Amino acid sequence: MMAAPLLKTSGLNAWYGESHVLHGVDIEIAEGELITLLGRNGAGRTTTLRAIMGMVSRRTGSVTIRGREFIDVADHRIAPLGGIGYCPEERGIFASLNVEENLMLPPSVGKDGMSLDEIYVMFPNLKEVRKRMGTRLSGGEQQMLAIARILRTGAKLLLLDEITEGLAPVIVKALGEAIVRLKAQGYTIVLVEQNFRFAAPLADRHYVIEHGRVIDRIEGGDVAASMDRLNHYLSV
Amino acid sequence: MLKLLLAQGMLGLNNGVFYAMMSLGLAVIFGLLNVVNFAHGALYMLGAFVALILYSYVGLWFGVSGFHIGFWPALILTPIIVGGFGILIERFLLRWLYKFDPIYSLLLTFGVTLVLQGLFVNIFSASGTPYPGMPDALKGVVNLGFMMFPKFRLFAIVFSLLVCAVVWYVIERTKVGALLRAGTENPELVKAFGVNVPLMVTLTFGFGTGLAGLAGVLAAPIYSVSPLMGADLIIIIFAVVVIGGMGSIMGAVVSGIALGLIEGVTKVFYAPAANTVIFFLMVIVLLVRPSGLFGREG
Repeated sequence: MMAAPLLKTSGLNAWYGESHVLHGVDIEIAEGELITLLGRNGAGRTTTLRAIMGMVSRRTGSVTIRGREFIDVADHRIAPLGGIGYCPEERGIFASLNVEENLMLPPSVGKDGMSLDEIYVMFPNLKEVRKRMGTRLSGGEQQMLAIARILRTGAKLLLLDEITEGLAPVIVKALGEAIVRLKAQGYTIVLVEQNFRFAAPLADRHYVIEHGRVIDRIEGGDVAASMDRLNHYLSV
Repeated sequence: MLKLLLAQGMLGLNNGVFYAMMSLGLAVIFGLLNVVNFAHGALYMLGAFVALILYSYVGLWFGVSGFHIGFWPALILTPIIVGGFGILIERFLLRWLYKFDPIYSLLLTFGVTLVLQGLFVNIFSASGTPYPGMPDALKGVVNLGFMMFPKFRLFAIVFSLLVCAVVWYVIERTKVGALLRAGTENPELVKAFGVNVPLMVTLTFGFGTGLAGLAGVLAAPIYSVSPLMGADLIIIIFAVVVIGGMGSIMGAVVSGIALGLIEGVTKVFYAPAANTVIFFLMVIVLLVRPSGLFGREG
């Protein structure tokens, strides 16, 4: 049995305007674990992260973080109270800010966030471009910046959406190594991932999401045995 | 001829810094709120009236004749009062309209303009009232070599340029400014990072309207204080903002000053065109660069 969950959603429903996107998502993750949300495009994986962050028109059900109920917490208070760092799918690098301003922008949400120096050790590329404007970065640099930015805030629970999408294999490999290091340092990570090869070796558990519901749950150790099932879920 | 050019240039510069300060406020508000604040001219007028009221009426209301709140305190108090009024508009009126098409907030601010103008026409007369509170230190003229220039106008120019420079610095070079720029681009994500964006929006609107109020105080001793003084200005300011690029801080300041100068210089060559030259330029800019001189493409 797993330890008391750090983050747990139960019966999480979410809407964008009139359209009902999540129909009761139940996931849980203990401190120091890494889980992935797998599924096809439009299945509701990104919306699950956005619903946790309060970035939907309406949400019902339950989201608890460290035992505290968050469903009615105002959207701008979720990150600081939950100690969450969110990295959106489109990366959300601010074009009118330079790299360092982007790094310094999100307010602290926890103690001992990484210092700029530590971040530049982890992502040396960013140091070279630190005065460059956000738009003038390669996709890989933008992705590193988007992750580095939330590590600086001291968030220990990271919600990362499609961080390998559209990136060169060498960058994907570097990101994989960064994730492994973060997990070793005790970060708790929720990964929305299309690239199953990337996610499989990292994860403690996979949730398969379809039509706004969790339709299967696969423990990390069982992946080899469940390969057929997974291929079936993920095939288009 | 050169003297005449320089003289008109100085008067144009004087108008230009007003344009700059006004369009700066509009640009900041449009950038973050996506609201075209049609009430900006009325808030400028309100600023001039607040200065007038502080000087001429506050004493009477409290039964202390001869009590005036002069120009210098008004320079501080008025932006706060007008900005506070702006905050009330945002908090209790505009906020309900964000979820609809921006045209609704434009119409709302247009309505606010009509109400304010109507109110002041009723209380004061539609014709202007001179502002009697010009400080002694700024009375008289200085010799600029090519012309005798009113001290107060010179002060207004320098002071406004300083305000524009400070605002530019704060927005482009500080942490607060970075939040503002980020909020302009992607308010939802900034909120997800834990920033109270609705509060930021309210304060920004208050700040932008405060700038209009400040321009109003500076204008009060130069032009006469009248309920319709903002109505004439707002059209020009919109042209300035369009030319500079909607939402661009630098564009607002540079094109405000430049257009004031151009307007002034046009008076030398062909005076009847002075009032329309800005709109000619607006047409040309829109044809060549639809997003404005400093606007981001797309």
